[in-house]
Order: sequence, then C-alpha cells, then structure tokens
Amino acid sequence: MTEMAPSSAIYGVMAEFETPGQLVEACKKARAEGYRRMDAYTPYPVEELHDVLHLHDHRVSLFVLLAGLFGAAGGYSLLYYCSAISYPLNVGGRPLNSIPMFIPITFECTILLAGLTAAIGMIVLNGLPKPYHPVFNVERFVNASRNRFFLCIESTDPLFDRDGTARFLESLDPDEVAEVAH
Amino acid sequence: MTPNAYTIPDALRGKMQRYQGMALVVGVIGLLLCALGFVMSPEQLLRSYLVGYFFWTGLALGCLALLMMQYLSGGAWGLVIRRTLESATRTLPLMALLFLPLAFGVRTLYLWAHPGITATDAVIRDKSFYLNVPFFLVRAVLYFIIWLTLTQFLNKWSLDEDREGGQLWAKKLETLSAPGLLIFVLTITFASVDWIMSLDPHWFSTIFGLLILVGQGLSAFSFVIAVTILLAMVPPLSGVISKKHLHDLGKLLLAFVMLWAYLSFSQLILIWSGNLPEEIPWYINRLNGGWQWIGLALLLFHFIFPFLMLLSQSLKKNPKALASVAVWVIFLRIVDVFWLVQPNFDKAAFRMSWMDFAAPLGIGGLWLAFFLYQLRQRPLLPVNAPDLEKALAHGRPH
Repeated sequence: MTEMAPSSAIYGVMAEFETPGQLVEACKKARAEGYRRMDAYTPYPVEELHDVLHLHDHRVSLFVLLAGLFGAAGGYSLLYYCSAISYPLNVGGRPLNSIPMFIPITFECTILLAGLTAAIGMIVLNGLPKPYHPVFNVERFVNASRNRFFLCIESTDPLFDRDGTARFLESLDPDEVAEVAH
Repeated sequence: MTPNAYTIPDALRGKMQRYQGMALVVGVIGLLLCALGFVMSPEQLLRSYLVGYFFWTGLALGCLALLMMQYLSGGAWGLVIRRTLESATRTLPLMALLFLPLAFGVRTLYLWAHPGITATDAVIRDKSFYLNVPFFLVRAVLYFIIWLTLTQFLNKWSLDEDREGGQLWAKKLETLSAPGLLIFVLTITFASVDWIMSLDPHWFSTIFGLLILVGQGLSAFSFVIAVTILLAMVPPLSGVISKKHLHDLGKLLLAFVMLWAYLSFSQLILIWSGNLPEEIPWYINRLNGGWQWIGLALLLFHFIFPFLMLLSQSLKKNPKALASVAVWVIFLRIVDVFWLVQPNFDKAAFRMSWMDFAAPLGIGGLWLAFFLYQLRQRPLLPVNAPDLEKALAHGRPH
C-alpha cells in the first residue's frame, strides 16, 4: 500500500511553555520573525492569542447572523400564513396580522436556528470530528489539557526550516522543543 | 488612612472639583427655573419634577442594587466599579430631601389624592385604603429608611475594609447584601406603584415593579460604565482598567438592555392580548395622539440600536464607543420615564413643556455635583478588598 508522501518530512516543530504569558510572548516573536502557519494549544482559553495569532475567521458569526435572520423571517411567515391566509380567524376583533402575538414565535425561531447554526458551524469549521492529529505524536502534548502551553510552527510555513525553526523556538526559552511527526 | 496607589491625585481631584462646580451651576439654574415653573404652573412643574426625580433617584437606587449584586456574585467587574457605585448610593440622602416637593405636591400631582375624588370615583374609593395621602407619605419615609440603612452599612463596612483589610468585612458585606437585595426589590416594587403607576389609579400591571427595577439597573450600569471609562483615561486608573473589564461591563449592559426590552414587551403583550377595559387605556394613551412616536423611538433607540451596537465585541472593548452607547442609553432612560409619566396627563395629544428639560437637568446637576463630591472621598478602588490583585489581573496573561 502506498501512502501519499507528505510534502515535508515532519508536521512541524513544537515548543512547550510553562505559563500563558510566555506563550503569548513566543507567538508575538514568531509573528515578528515572519512565521504565519502556526497554532497555539492551551488547557484553557487565553484571549490574547486571538489577537497575537491574528485569528480573524468570523465565518461562524456570519452564518449565525444569516441563520437568525432566516429563522425570524421563517417564523413570522409561518404565523402569517397560518393566521392570515390559510385559516383566518377573528379573535375578539384583533387584526389577522397580530404583530405582538407573532413576536414570541418569531423570536424562538430566530434563536433556534441561530443556536443550532452556532453549534454545528463551530464543529464543522473546526474540522471535527477528527480522529487523528499529528500534534499528539509529541509525548508531552497530553499536558496541553492540563497545565502546559504549546506553540507549534507547521512545516507548511514558507519560512519553515527544520533546524532553523527549532533553533528559533529554542531561543524563546521554552521548557522543551520537539519535532512533530506526521 | 494612609495614601496608596489608588488615592486620587491632585490633578484628578482638581478636575473633579471643576466638573462638580459646573454641575452645581447647572443644578442651581435648573432648580431656579423649576421655582419659576412652579409659580407659572404648579401642575406642570410637579409632573416634570417627577420625571427628573424618578430618573435620578432610580439611577442612585440602581447603583445600590448593583452594589449588593456584585458582593453576591463576585467577579472583577464588580470590584472595579465598586467605588463609583458606593458614591452613587451616598447621594440618596440628597434624594430624600428632594422628595419634599413631591410630598407637598401630592394632592396636585396624583389624581387619587385630589380632594373629593373618592366621592365620584368608585374605583379610587375602593383603593383608598392604600392610596391615601398619609399612608403614601409613611410608605415613602419607610422606603428611604430602608435604602439609607443599607447605604450606611454597605459604605461603612467597605471603608472599614479599606482601613483594616482581612476577610471579615467582605463576609459581612456579603451577608447583608443577600437579604438586603430581597428587601430592596420589594421596596422598589412598592415605590414604583406609589410614585408612577398610581398616576393612573385605575390601571395596574403586575410586572411594572420589575420593569422599573430593571430600568434603574440599566441606568445605573450605563452611568458607571461612562464614569469608569472617564476615570480610566487618567491616573491612577489609567492602565489599571483593562479591555477585558470593559468587555465584561459591556456584556452586562447588553444583558440589561435585553432584559428591559423583554419585560416591556411582556407587559405589552399581556395587556394587548387581554384587551381589558381597565388595562388597555394605559397603552391607548401612549400609542395615540403623537405619543406613539415616543414609543417607537423607545423601541428603536432604547432597544434595537444599543442592542445591535453592543453585539459587537470590538465595540465593547473600545472605551470611546462603549461610553457613547452608555450615555445614549442614559438619555433614552429619561425619555422612557417621561413616556411613563406625561401621557397620564396629556391624553389627547403629545405635549412637552420647557420644564421637562429644566427639572431633569436641575436635579441631575445637583445630583452629579453631589456624586462627584462623594467620589472624591475615598480611593478609587477598594484597596484592601480580598482578590483585588486577581481582579486587576483579569484578562492579562501572567
């Protein structure tokens, strides 16, 4: 059986840090050095990483907005069709298009579609479920869900150089630098 | 008290004094105009005065509620605004004093207190065991006793904590805040029925107290956000208040905006779908004769506009933008109180008096001057509060 040969020998080089502050500093320096294809792994959300790694993917927000608007329009149209077109019924002289009474269902449909889209969109855009990811080949990476902070510069980065990148990461004063196998 | 990192430096102190002087001038001019208005039309003056009084008292009371809430919930957001909240609650003695014109004007302002009304109006007669002048005044005194007692202890223990530190005072403040908040909600419910809802003695809405309470919380939140952002521009708080703190406060502001809209809409939908002759006139007055434009403005600018603005994360982290939204909401809060009060009197058509500007400005000027005076009395952060350092490090990598 032949496997597709990876374009480089390894997935990337990974550095391990003890504190989120060190990790944020390391990410800043790596950005300044010119590296772009990298990712950080932390046991809990570190908000600064969002900015220093320039993670500006807002597709989920956009999908949620569109789904919410679609839900609102759909919910209102459903009620309008039921109460004003399909089965018009005079309830105590109220207008067939009873806007205040239509608001709750419209609201519910907005939230339902927006909520489902947020959850599903997040899962799909993250590429989940993902049974295999190379970073787990580094033995100490299990600590990324405990108390250690990792920065991985990937071999797909144009500036990536197996030894040079490793030396660069060493210069950031990490606990450990390891190569990540594919 | 020994000076510390958060004692107000002289530059800021001078600035506060200047603003305090300006606010005082506005307050005095406004109240002089109110006196003139009283000579011209006591009826109109009392209505406008009620709008101004109820808004600014509500702001102070909202701060009292938030002060107790943040002791119970904890969190960095509460710690960084605590001194602003405390200073606002210490203006309540002034508001007790400013209640006097309403106490003396009750027979002019409230329909149920008009002499001889019980002889002609059976509904008011049936409600007169509650809606009568002596009981109204006794209740008002009782509310202020409760509010001032809470204010006194919350402020005193916080000062003791500044002096001595340790866990004891935090524990005491927390223990007082839990029952305090419960009693507070009851007093606000009764006070809003007494002062605002009873303007139309035939009308009732069981959600009204909660709606007023949330409105006050919203005013208070907007106000402390604006003050906090102003304080964060200069030492000693510049660099201490982080974007993360602003983000948290902005999120809570958004929650209050939504809660206000939710409760307002709940009241509307129940009364609209019930369509009962004793309930619906309140909305008929407010949705006809030009008043509907104020109602629409409230929907658009008190809910939809701040809601859409505050959805944005970058806006909540931008001090200038967040402060602008907060000031905007404060203005719309006054419009909301105006819409609650005035249509009771001018049912046929929309009407506004110059006193509707003079009274809120006059009371507001005086209130702000007093607030700034109180804010200068203590360091800008509770220096010995447990977890202060943790709260300030909030959102910073360490």
